[in-house]
Amino acid sequence: MKIGAPRELEPGEARVALTPESAGRLQKLGHECLVESGAGLAASFSDDTYRAAGVKVVDTAAELWAEADVIAKVRAPMPQELDAAPDGKTLISFVWPAQNEELLAKLNAKRMTVLAMDMVPRISRAQKMDALSSMANIAGYRAVIEAGNNFGRFFTGQVTAAGKVPPAKVLVVGAGVAGLAAIGTSVALGAMTYAFDVRPEVAEQIESMGAEFVFLDFEEDQTDGAETGGYAKPSSPEFREKQLEKFRELAPEMDIVITTALIPGRPAPKLWLEDMVKAMKPGSVVVDLAAERGGNCDLTVPDQKVVSENGVTIVGYTDFPSRMATQASNLYSTNIRHMMDDLTPEKDGVVVVNMEDDVIRGALVCHEGEITFPPPPPKVKAIAAQPKKKEPEETPEQKAARELAEFKKAANRSTALLGVGGGLLLLVGTVAPASFMQHFIVFVLACFVGFHVIWNVAHSLHTPLMAITNAISSIIILGALLQIGSASGVVTVLAALSVLMASVNIFGGFLVTRRMLAMFQKS
Amino acid sequence: MSIGLVTAAYVVAAILFILALGGLSNQEKAKRAIWYGIIGMALAVGATVFGPGVGAYVVILLMIVIGGVGGAYVAGKVQMTQMPELVAGFHSLVGLAAVFIGLNADIEMGRALSAVASGTTDQLGGFAATIAKKTPVELSILKVELFLGIFIGAVTFTGSVVAYGKLSGKISSKALTLPFRHQINLGAVALCLLLGLLYLNGAGIWTMLLVAVIAGAIGWHLIMAIGGADMPVVVSMLNSYSGWAAAAIGFTLGNDLLIVTGALVGASGAILSYIMCRGMNRSFVSVILGGWGGETQAAGEIEGEMIAADADHVASALNDADSVIIVPGYGMAVAQAQGSVSELTRRLRAQGKKVRFAIHPVAGRLPGHMNVLLAEAKVPYDIVLEMEEINEDFPQTDVVIVIGANDIVNPAAQEDPGSPIAGMPVLEVWKARQVFVCKRGQGTGYSGIENPLFFKENSRMFYGDAKASMDSLLPLLA
Repeated sequence: MKIGAPRELEPGEARVALTPESAGRLQKLGHECLVESGAGLAASFSDDTYRAAGVKVVDTAAELWAEADVIAKVRAPMPQELDAAPDGKTLISFVWPAQNEELLAKLNAKRMTVLAMDMVPRISRAQKMDALSSMANIAGYRAVIEAGNNFGRFFTGQVTAAGKVPPAKVLVVGAGVAGLAAIGTSVALGAMTYAFDVRPEVAEQIESMGAEFVFLDFEEDQTDGAETGGYAKPSSPEFREKQLEKFRELAPEMDIVITTALIPGRPAPKLWLEDMVKAMKPGSVVVDLAAERGGNCDLTVPDQKVVSENGVTIVGYTDFPSRMATQASNLYSTNIRHMMDDLTPEKDGVVVVNMEDDVIRGALVCHEGEITFPPPPPKVKAIAAQPKKKEPEETPEQKAARELAEFKKAANRSTALLGVGGGLLLLVGTVAPASFMQHFIVFVLACFVGFHVIWNVAHSLHTPLMAITNAISSIIILGALLQIGSASGVVTVLAALSVLMASVNIFGGFLVTRRMLAMFQKS
Repeated sequence: MSIGLVTAAYVVAAILFILALGGLSNQEKAKRAIWYGIIGMALAVGATVFGPGVGAYVVILLMIVIGGVGGAYVAGKVQMTQMPELVAGFHSLVGLAAVFIGLNADIEMGRALSAVASGTTDQLGGFAATIAKKTPVELSILKVELFLGIFIGAVTFTGSVVAYGKLSGKISSKALTLPFRHQINLGAVALCLLLGLLYLNGAGIWTMLLVAVIAGAIGWHLIMAIGGADMPVVVSMLNSYSGWAAAAIGFTLGNDLLIVTGALVGASGAILSYIMCRGMNRSFVSVILGGWGGETQAAGEIEGEMIAADADHVASALNDADSVIIVPGYGMAVAQAQGSVSELTRRLRAQGKKVRFAIHPVAGRLPGHMNVLLAEAKVPYDIVLEMEEINEDFPQTDVVIVIGANDIVNPAAQEDPGSPIAGMPVLEVWKARQVFVCKRGQGTGYSGIENPLFFKENSRMFYGDAKASMDSLLPLLA
């Protein structure tokens, strides 16, 4: 198959879906790679580096669309692109099928097989092709950098000869992939970072990144994150009120606010209201990562940086990943490469659309003249379900009662065992002569010692234990030795044979044990 | 040497044996413990040989030298993977020796009794002399002990021979299931008891010879009926039997050291068998009375398909992983792959990855089998962990590689109540992010049970010989 990446036509889009590196990997899968001249320029990949990686560079987009079987893009095709596109191609790009029904119908009319990178299900196996996550990661990082660019102070607190600098306080709202990336970057720069999310289960992730979780004291039946594919869901009005109240309380202290709250299939929730912006100090910065979907902040203007009346900068860019085009292209093209990897299971350059595969089925929105969106629910739940509620702690009285019952049970059992054992011994004692009982005592004691000693043997040494007990069991040689001096010929021969066999065992057993034990060593 | 001195030597030897077994509680002490065992044995043999009533020193020396050289040769040559069959083979020797010594004791008893009758007891030496002094009750007890010694010895002998054959692949490891097998065994035991009663009432040595033959048949049949997966239990059970046989002979001969040592070995084997059975969640009786035969319910149907992965795929997953757990099984031993696995481990660790081994109690064909193989391949023992220590860590693990193991990672044990292994503790490898199963083909494991793990969405089959597969990974690791 030939895989081609055209130049992105969307204004301001600097990313490219195929990099020289990913092309090399794709060629290993048996594919040929094409790229439109100049496609990678904005992401610092020149045509020459593509050629060096064995990629064919074609002059126009039309040529590319005609020649390639699979078109890899970042943004969904523009109308003019789509009109010119030949029928029956396979397209891999961001599509947003839920929001773009018209586009979907057009793609289908062209009998395209379309895999939407934004529809890749969020299951572990598909993480390698989860372009939303890889782009969100970049957006989160870049959001902090943009904020720093517009913020007039250090992130980290310092005490210098020229005076004391307080650390910047950063609030990250929404701890998805972008939020966590922002937290990580902000913490790394030295800011005091706070984070909020409606899903209480992410508190641990937030704290693991080094930020402080803003705790909201609110009783509500929280849904299990696993049920919604790990995404947030709309919260109740009461919860929202409580949440806004908390934000109002925080607003005057915060220097930088980064909002990343999105709910799948809905406009972004308004979380940072006008009065909160007003409450912030002049010079503060709000970066709204949800600007494309309407913004979390009341004052956000998509694609623009605005300054509020009280001097707060509100950044509403929607092209954060594109602002780091080289990095974003690298990650995105790797996502595409993984997708191709799964599409060519035999590594022979033949694309197989396996409708049984959850990941491929999930991403597939058009196939063979039919719109296959929305996909059936995946067979596997996205992420581990929340652990069940712990058993209620038992009260001290209950615990004491239980322990007493257990103790009684154990005591009863051992009493019974001792009783039976003692009875049997007495029974033996009534018939057996004294000489036997002497040996019997030794035997019973030896069994006891044996049981106690063996329980302590390390599990990993069980084989050496068997080998050494095997050697020791040849103590039976003593019996043969005592008999070998007999006047009877048969006895001597049998005894001699026994000595022979037992000595094989003694030497063999001990030597093998030694060999084994010598091998155990610590790292 | 006087009797007193010999007894003192025996006491010391017994203590040394206990120290030797107790010393196996950790790897460092174990290296010293083995010397306790060797010294104890040397002391016991020396004291006996130079004690009263022993002659024929030339024969003894000759036999010990020949036996010693033979044993040393076998011990030096054997592969670590052949350890199970070696141990089984050694057990058969102890069993046979017990039978011989038992028969000898009977002959000596006959001689002693005739000497008592003719009043020439002064001419008797050694063991016969002690018998001559016994009362009739003591003689009856002696006969019971003799019977037990021969019976257990014979079962141990043939059982161990069969176990050796099965473990070394000379006999098919499939469970032999004759019709009415339980009844046959019971009948044979009853017959032996009958012969024992006859013997007690004065019948000749032929009864004991017959007991030896019948007991041998029982041993053969018992182990033939046990499937390959239960072999760890069998080997440790035979280990236990060889101890009890020695103890029974000790009673016969009135030798306390034999009794003590036999009891120690017997107890050790019994505990190992118990640990193995618990590892498989089965009762000892059900293991001994035959493998998984016919009685199991139909296991649940498994949906999905096995998906194969190649070396590139596995290597890239390993390169991306931070934490790796390797689960070895008998297949690793068969393919002699432990060296390659060790090299793989070394390279992964050199990359700063967390690599650990998870060992199931019944992995392999011998208790602790995997630990020995990994130790041979110089895998540090502190990264080799037991099931209880590591089972909770699987969900936080990126990649699990299962090498030649099957039943011990079978999720059916937890998920399918109809499965024959339902309730058996297993390593929860399927909870890891990704599982690669290195396996020769699509066949089932020793127990013949389908494994749903192979069909799970996060597992991939890495077909091929374990050693070749591991070797193919090595150059691909970054």
